[in-house]
Amino acid sequence: MTQSIQLETALTDRRHEWLAKLRELGRELWRDKAGLIGVVLMTALVLMALVAPWIAPHDPAEQDLTARLRPPVWYEKGTWDHVFGTDHLGRDVLSRAIHGARVSLLVGLLVVVLAGGFGVVMGLMAGYLGGRMDAFVMRWIDTQVAFPGLLLALIILAVIGPSLTTVVVVLSLNGWMVYGRMTRGAVLAVRQTPYVEAAEIVGCRWPRIIFRHILPNLTSPLLTLAILEFARIVLAEAALSFLGLGIQPPATSWGLDVAVGKNYMFMAWWLVTIPGTAIAITVLAINLVASWMRLISDPQEREKQFARHMTRRLRSKVGQRRKLSAGQEAIK
Amino acid sequence: MTPTEPTPPLVQVEDLSVYFDAGRAGFWGQERLKVHAVEGVNLEIRAGETLGLVGESGSGKSTTGRAILRRVPVSSGRIWFRGKEITHAGREEIRGLSRHMQLVFQDPYASLNPRLKIIDIVAEPLIVHGLVKNLHEAAAPVARLLARVGLPADAGARYPHAFSGGQRQRIGIARALALKPEFIVADEPVSALDVSIRAQVVNLLQDLQAEYDLAYLFIAHDLAVVRHISHRIAIMYAGKIVEIAGRDQIYDAPVHPYTEALLSAVPVPDPPVQRARRRIAYSGEAPDPLHPPVGCRFQSRCPLVSQQCREKTPPLAERQSGQWAACWNR
Amino acid sequence: MRAAATNTPLLEVEDLQVHFYTRAGVVQGARGVSFQVGYGETLGIVGESGSGKSVSVQAVMGLIHTPGRIEGGDIRYKGRSLLDAAGRNYVRRVRGKEISMIFQDPMTSLNPVFTVGTQITEVLRHHLGMDRAAARRRAVELLDLVEINAPTKRLKQYPHELSGGMRQRVMIAIGLACEPELLIADEPTTALDVTIQAQILELLADLQRRLRLSVILITHDLGVVAELCHRVAVMYAGRIVEVGAADTLFADPIHPYTQGLLNATPRLDAVSERMVSIDGVPPDLIDPPRGCAFSPRCAHARKGCAQRQALTPLSDGRHVCCWCAVNDHITGATPQ
Ligand SMILES: Nc1ncnc2c1ncn2[C@@H]1O[C@H](COP(=O)(O)OP(=O)(O)O)[C@@H](O)[C@H]1O
Ligand SMILES: Nc1ncnc2c1ncn2[C@@H]1O[C@H](COP(=O)(O)OP(=O)(O)O)[C@@H](O)[C@H]1O
Ligand code: SF4
Ligand SMILES: [Mg+2]
Ligand SMILES: [Mg+2]
Repeated sequence: MTQSIQLETALTDRRHEWLAKLRELGRELWRDKAGLIGVVLMTALVLMALVAPWIAPHDPAEQDLTARLRPPVWYEKGTWDHVFGTDHLGRDVLSRAIHGARVSLLVGLLVVVLAGGFGVVMGLMAGYLGGRMDAFVMRWIDTQVAFPGLLLALIILAVIGPSLTTVVVVLSLNGWMVYGRMTRGAVLAVRQTPYVEAAEIVGCRWPRIIFRHILPNLTSPLLTLAILEFARIVLAEAALSFLGLGIQPPATSWGLDVAVGKNYMFMAWWLVTIPGTAIAITVLAINLVASWMRLISDPQEREKQFARHMTRRLRSKVGQRRKLSAGQEAIK
Repeated sequence: MTPTEPTPPLVQVEDLSVYFDAGRAGFWGQERLKVHAVEGVNLEIRAGETLGLVGESGSGKSTTGRAILRRVPVSSGRIWFRGKEITHAGREEIRGLSRHMQLVFQDPYASLNPRLKIIDIVAEPLIVHGLVKNLHEAAAPVARLLARVGLPADAGARYPHAFSGGQRQRIGIARALALKPEFIVADEPVSALDVSIRAQVVNLLQDLQAEYDLAYLFIAHDLAVVRHISHRIAIMYAGKIVEIAGRDQIYDAPVHPYTEALLSAVPVPDPPVQRARRRIAYSGEAPDPLHPPVGCRFQSRCPLVSQQCREKTPPLAERQSGQWAACWNR
Repeated sequence: MRAAATNTPLLEVEDLQVHFYTRAGVVQGARGVSFQVGYGETLGIVGESGSGKSVSVQAVMGLIHTPGRIEGGDIRYKGRSLLDAAGRNYVRRVRGKEISMIFQDPMTSLNPVFTVGTQITEVLRHHLGMDRAAARRRAVELLDLVEINAPTKRLKQYPHELSGGMRQRVMIAIGLACEPELLIADEPTTALDVTIQAQILELLADLQRRLRLSVILITHDLGVVAELCHRVAVMYAGRIVEVGAADTLFADPIHPYTQGLLNATPRLDAVSERMVSIDGVPPDLIDPPRGCAFSPRCAHARKGCAQRQALTPLSDGRHVCCWCAVNDHITGATPQ
């Protein structure tokens, strides 16, 4: 019995291992500057979206017709009250950009969760159960991929009318197929592995095998895909809103602001540029994070990275030693 | 098998054939290709007995083991377990069988889920069969199992990557033992292990057999290990059993030319002895599993081949008490 | 052996240290490996996986790449160092020509998109500057040499059309293409079935005799060593623990690890009730024990074993890296 007590205590005090792993990850992130920038930007964006009402200097919908089309602060006519100026209704551009992050990130998150969840479940079933289920799901995906996404979006939006919910639904319907295909492929590979066979032989039923043995081993590729999809969705939401099919005023969205701003492009360039830059920075940050994720989720790549780092250090050490001895010789 | 025998063998296989679909060939795809993985295999295994199964890679050893575990579809033939026919067992019946027969894998690295702790891996059979409700209840039996296979007490809390090949193989054995099976298919369980570790695992398997009256189908290509652990040995060639006999009979007086070649090919770690040994090396190619020849499968490499060998398949016939071989000219 | 230094051996490896810089720590793949290969001699290197066999010969071939680095020692081929700048250049020139190597898995060393013929003639034309026709003739000769029947037909085949044994023969043919002086075979038969292994070993033994090759044969199977080696080196945890003539070493192993290994190898010609095992596991090469790496598993371990052990020459030409065993051997006592 002492055996099992030892086992239980060992089970409970393994937390420090997690900390060590996290620290290791932090060190690697520090070395990979691009990934670091991505993670920092991403964190900042998320924080900004979360506390938008408290940090935005103005209510994004607050109009002030007396202060229309004010330029940013560095122009003669700019004021510190409107750092990035105002739009044609006198709304504060900075506040709108800050609040716009909320919509972009919310839509991105919801769509990734919905489309990802549905796609992964379909892919898992197709891949593991095979046979008719597989044929059905794959034909469905093929059909939907062949159908133009924008057309589908237009039809749905025409029928139910544009709103945040509709945007999410439309983008999810449009985006689950990638997850489905990728999951199916990965499942087909993982289900051949001996540990899945072992689980079957031990008497596990298929849901347990799928969710306990197969799915956890797909997390890193799926996570990378989800992050890349997130970037795509942010762009897609902006595009829909730009076309007037997405977020409707008085709500704020970067895409919407760009659409409005384009009418004043030559008089007030900041109206397009500020939300446009916000979109660009967000997408860039997400992509940086995604490439870093892909790197660290590949153990071989990770080892190589480390080895490169080590040899650089070793070489510089050897170099220093050489210089030192050369210096000593010179002294002699 | 005779009617006077009081208890039926634990496992009985009669005329087992397994063919795998291999697509189609020919311009119009008119020819259906199938891999003749196992053909006409007969064998029995009694409780507490080890049957060694030896043959070159691709000869159908794993397929035979998996067919008995009902993991691959049986193309023809019948399989009994404890006197009950399981050839056409359904999904739930096979699940029930998993409490009686288990598999130990060759690859100690790929056969453990890298994301699960050892306790999760070893407790899984108990949980899915409802023998324990949760991990907490499983801690005691798992600790007993881990101790039994010779792992440290805190092993359960760690992940597979923290263990060496030999230790992982012990974990795989603990998992297979969890349901207290009567029969274990050990598919090359020590082939991937180093010599010094191999003996540890073989000894463990033998101790467990004595303790729980286990029966093994011990698949291997290392004849020396097989000789050590087995009571009887079956030699497979290209999907067929060519000889089956008690272990000393096989080693002292092999009948089939292939058995002879196999035995003479194993080097002995003793230079003077090895230099004095006569090697019987047969040239020629192994038969194509998609198009096995008519007659004896060994004909392309056999020095004794005659016309009859090319026309008719030699039956597995008893040569001495307990020694069966399939050869026309021996 | 060192005494007769007037005629230098073909290859000398001295105190070779190779480190691998991995995330888990610095793996000491070779921790002071020393051995020699004479002209026309077959040296067997045995040891468990991870003991540093491949690393040692990769260092000879100049094939240690990041994360690995040679951190110390020397390798001399015909008396000239291969590790200084000129030596590294020299290795690049003679690799695949004077010194050639064959690997465990012929499938990964053969290019799947070229025919066997193309791959052999490529080597001949590159290293020896033969023209197409001469290279083809020589390729046929080579396949004939490694006992492949219908060589002209085989030249047109792709690697996947050949069986495992046939592929290994092709690899040997490529290895012999430039008439090397030293052939290094890294577990050439591990992936093969015993009957095929037997054929390949026979072929290697025959070629070694006929061509007066020097051969380094790496394997983890003592049986394979017994079959073809003149001398045997036993490796454990990045070091050679015993080296000597095959007959003496097998008949009277001195190092406790060699003894354990021999006892643990089941023999086809004998049955015992219980297999003899060596308890414990090989040490971690990131943080190996300071003294004898085998001491945690050794039944004869004493206090002195915690000190660094050195390969000590014995009167019968053998070298052993075990303080107790050497003492006992010299004083005539037998370890219990
Ligand atoms: N799932 C499968 N599908 C198709 N062919 C298979 C499958 N499993 C095994 N085979 C084929 O069956 C033959 C026997 O394989 P196997 O039983 O694994 O041999 P062994 O275990 O003796 O090496 C081989 O030719 C192999 O390629
Ligand atoms: N590329 C590498 N990266 C990290 N470690 C390595 C590498 N190659 C070899 N090693 C380590 O060096 C040691 C010796 O390896 P090796 O010479 O390949 O052993 P073997 O005796 O099986 O041929 C092992 O511990 C191995 O982990
Ligand atoms: S039946 Fe004929 S071909 Fe087959 S093993 Fe016997 S003698 Fe050889
Ligand atoms: Mg197999
Ligand atoms: Mg190696």
